[in-house]
Amino acid sequence: MEHKHVKRVDLIFEKVECREILEKIVKMEPDAICQEVLESDLKGRGGAGFPTGMKWRFAANETGSIKYIVCNADEGEPGTFKDREILDQVPGKVFCGMAIASRAVGAKKGYVYLRGEYKFLIPRLNEELIKFHQMMDEFNHNFRIQIRLGSGAYICGEESALFESIEGRRGEPRNKPPYPTSIGLFGKPTAINNVETLVHAVVIIKYGASHFKELGTKDSRGSKVFSVSGDTPKSGIFELELGMSVNEFVEEFGDGDTKAVQVGGASGFCVPRKRFEETIIGFEGVPTGGSMKLFNSTRSMYNVLHNYLDFFTEESCGQCTPCRVGCQQLLKGVEAVKRGDKNSKYLDELVKLAKTMKRASKCGLGQSVGNAFGSIVENFKEEIIY
Amino acid sequence: METIIENEFVRELANKHGRSRESLIPILQDLVVQNRFLSKQDMVDVARELDISAADVYGTATFYSFLDTEVRGKYIIRICKTISCAMKGKNEILSTIEDIIKIKLGETSSDRKFSLLEANCIGWCHKAPAILINDTPYTELTPEKVTEILRDYIRK
Ligand SMILES: Cc1cc2nc3c(=O)[nH]c(=O)nc-3n(C[C@H](O)[C@H](O)[C@H](O)COP(=O)(O)O)c2cc1C
Ligand code: SF4
Ligand code: FES
Repeated sequence: MEHKHVKRVDLIFEKVECREILEKIVKMEPDAICQEVLESDLKGRGGAGFPTGMKWRFAANETGSIKYIVCNADEGEPGTFKDREILDQVPGKVFCGMAIASRAVGAKKGYVYLRGEYKFLIPRLNEELIKFHQMMDEFNHNFRIQIRLGSGAYICGEESALFESIEGRRGEPRNKPPYPTSIGLFGKPTAINNVETLVHAVVIIKYGASHFKELGTKDSRGSKVFSVSGDTPKSGIFELELGMSVNEFVEEFGDGDTKAVQVGGASGFCVPRKRFEETIIGFEGVPTGGSMKLFNSTRSMYNVLHNYLDFFTEESCGQCTPCRVGCQQLLKGVEAVKRGDKNSKYLDELVKLAKTMKRASKCGLGQSVGNAFGSIVENFKEEIIY
Repeated sequence: METIIENEFVRELANKHGRSRESLIPILQDLVVQNRFLSKQDMVDVARELDISAADVYGTATFYSFLDTEVRGKYIIRICKTISCAMKGKNEILSTIEDIIKIKLGETSSDRKFSLLEANCIGWCHKAPAILINDTPYTELTPEKVTEILRDYIRK
């Protein structure tokens, strides 16, 4: 097997003259923008990995004169903090990405939904927004952005819950379909993208789809900004080429004693040491919105699992029973096993419950609790029981 | 006839943000900035301004952990309890804070200067442990560092 090392990339944080990008896109046909992004194979960086070009084309094809672009800056997944850094370092590029989307889709209004925990960024963003709106006027491109703040609810990162929140209601996810591209914010066609996705769109327009595709693999093109934390001497934010194995990642970021890596945060998967070599970080292996947490042998995986379940129990919106009750039961269940009130067979029952939650829950929160649960219980059973 | 006492501030906020449903959360957020929590009366007054039911306002507010409906202090300290912070000494930071401001987790000091609450991941895991005091993040905390920070707030 070919061993390439972790490759650092500097595209997202590179300073770019947004004026040049805007000059380019106002001359491009909207469909040509969709086509360029489609050809790049860019997949959403918020976690779910939907092809961005396709999303934009769906929204573009909707009839009706009111459409919206939404930038998802709710960043609540435990272990993810790269969007904060992007918004802090290159806010103009994020707005520029929204302008590209607006041209592609035909939207005149955009929203940035910023988590309340990042309120301290507002003065910086507002300053940049004034410059951005002036540029919009210069180019005669009719597009305005408004920033809306969250108020401490992880579920509002889920796209339809985010719409509910902007509309002034409880952040309870909607049924899907209909998808946001047909019925989204205020019932109108909406293209919603993660902060990083929008900046990749800027990179694609600047350098071209073929250049973007030179990095990464067939299933995971380009680079990705990773948020690295836990037991590592190098915690922080790193833009890396996609396609590396967990092993390569650990060689670069581990402390020499890494026993597991949680890829994708609380809703992601736990990869144990014996799977480091074979597991690719990306859509062909374990996908991630960027959260990479390393655990060394001093850590109890029971504590890790308990912490995640506590998180989900608190953050479940409570709207549907499998998730609301399921989270509580999983939490109580592992506590009972740890205390010795239940035997180890009971863990198998809990794994089944997590699988049921995957099928029966209304949104991605309830559907992904089983990812961490299943992978931690499967690989660290003794630590859960004893 | 029922006499309605005008709530000037709520009216001002409705003028600023508008009176449609989408203005509700920005109005509640500004009320929290001003008073640190949402009083029953304020919620009733917001409902009247926006012509929606008070239950609807209450139901929306209680969904969001930052839209508190209980009395809170001038400085709300939120300590992150998610995994990275938990691994990097959050408990020690918590007991240091409790010692210094002399309240327990979940409480508000009797002079209404401080409230101490927990939060889920606040987005500073690479610099854990982390807390928020109102909107300001403080990171890479040690007992000494958090002591110094809180001393400044006590003097404020
Ligand atoms: C519980 C939950 C939380 C989410 N939180 C976020 C988030 O904080 N940021 C984000 O970009 N996407 C988040 N998502 C994914 C969004 O629903 C949506 O897929 C994404 O914003 C689409 O953008 P992308 O295609 O550019 O990735 C979350 C999904 C779920 C189910
Ligand atoms: S799965 Fe959980 S978070 Fe999602 S709608 Fe159901 S209860 Fe709410
Ligand atoms: S776990 Fe505390 S900031 Fe992320």
